[in-house]
Amino acid sequence: MSVSVSMTVNGKAVAAEVADETLLVTFLRDDLRLTGTHVGCDTSQCGACTIHVNGSAVKACTMLVAQADGCEIDTIEGVSDGETLHPMQQAFKDNHGLQCGFCTPGMVMSALDIVKNNPSPSEQDVREALEGNLCRCTGYTNIVRSILAGAKDMEAR
Amino acid sequence: MEAFNYRKAGSVDEALVALNGADDGKFLAGGMTLLPTMKQMLATPDTLVDLAGASELVGVSRDGDTIVVGAMTTHAAVASNSDVQAAIPALAALASGIGDPMVRNRGTIGGSIANADPAADYPAAVVGLNATVNTNKRSIAADDFFLDVFETALEEDELVVSVSFPIPLKAAYRKFPNPASRYAVVGVMVAQSAEGIRVAVTGAAASVFRADSFEQALSADFSAAALEGLSVDSDNLNEDIHASAAYRANLVGVMTKRAVAAC
Repeated sequence: MSVSVSMTVNGKAVAAEVADETLLVTFLRDDLRLTGTHVGCDTSQCGACTIHVNGSAVKACTMLVAQADGCEIDTIEGVSDGETLHPMQQAFKDNHGLQCGFCTPGMVMSALDIVKNNPSPSEQDVREALEGNLCRCTGYTNIVRSILAGAKDMEAR
Repeated sequence: MEAFNYRKAGSVDEALVALNGADDGKFLAGGMTLLPTMKQMLATPDTLVDLAGASELVGVSRDGDTIVVGAMTTHAAVASNSDVQAAIPALAALASGIGDPMVRNRGTIGGSIANADPAADYPAAVVGLNATVNTNKRSIAADDFFLDVFETALEEDELVVSVSFPIPLKAAYRKFPNPASRYAVVGVMVAQSAEGIRVAVTGAAASVFRADSFEQALSADFSAAALEGLSVDSDNLNEDIHASAAYRANLVGVMTKRAVAAC
């Protein structure tokens, strides 16, 4: 069976007919070609597929497209202002908050959710809030540093 | 994932009609367990009935000396609710420690208790706080709700509508989380109310259980010292790569003492 869905993705209206069992991350990557949202584990553990649904961070590999019907979706592609990086993205660049980069889109989307809920987080706040994002390169130190710097830059604006 | 039919219900009544019309249907709450289970083909329902559109299932309210949590209320919503934080801070704290932030934004109390994972946190809250599970058919006392591994008193076409938590005099939850999954290796809710002391243990056995000897000792003397020398029998406790049964039995004592100290 198929289901008709419509939603807003990065500010643009999207409508589609998809198989009922289609995962949101598959739809974003394969149909909309928004391949910045990554599939790491596909078992809802690694957080590489983190996006925002109605303003809250969720794992796109553990949600059906049908469940997102009528929702506002934001992915990593919608974060920058054209060629100008978002302060959080810039902070990851400035603080060497990535090595291979695979987990980075999910890290940035989680970072924005952390700052939304807690505009000036402590290091401990950030470490606890990154519970659902795995990085196999950095040891997290520079990611935490990036998020703290990004939060400061966002507050300054 | 195998193909299935997706049905969106706008109300509890619509959800029940949709489920009864399916050969092998399941209710879909937050999907944090069901969808991964279906990806692994451990569950292959022919129909999923999404409850997200049934607005009567969402929200928290205070009704006198009771906090009522709608079945589709997310862990994040329970954790950040000011009524819960004020009346039963232990419940808000428990919800804030489930899984990770993204899971808490989707996962629901109704989904968690209907699934009855032996290592889930919410069963300890439901039993420890002596809650009542309200369904479309009846009200079920916490002590009668959880039966066994992934097994509850719910019938096939029975849906959790809300959970009513009587406000305790004091309560605290402490868990020893698995460092990777954050599921409870052992989690203990200790609560004191006018009816007495309850000690509910999750993660340690097939299902949540009450530590009777601990409750009796704490009734005579509500202090961590009162638990010295007491232990739970490890015979029926879980044993896996994360912890032996004896280790879990020890953790039950340690987590109970920490919860009592935090009350």
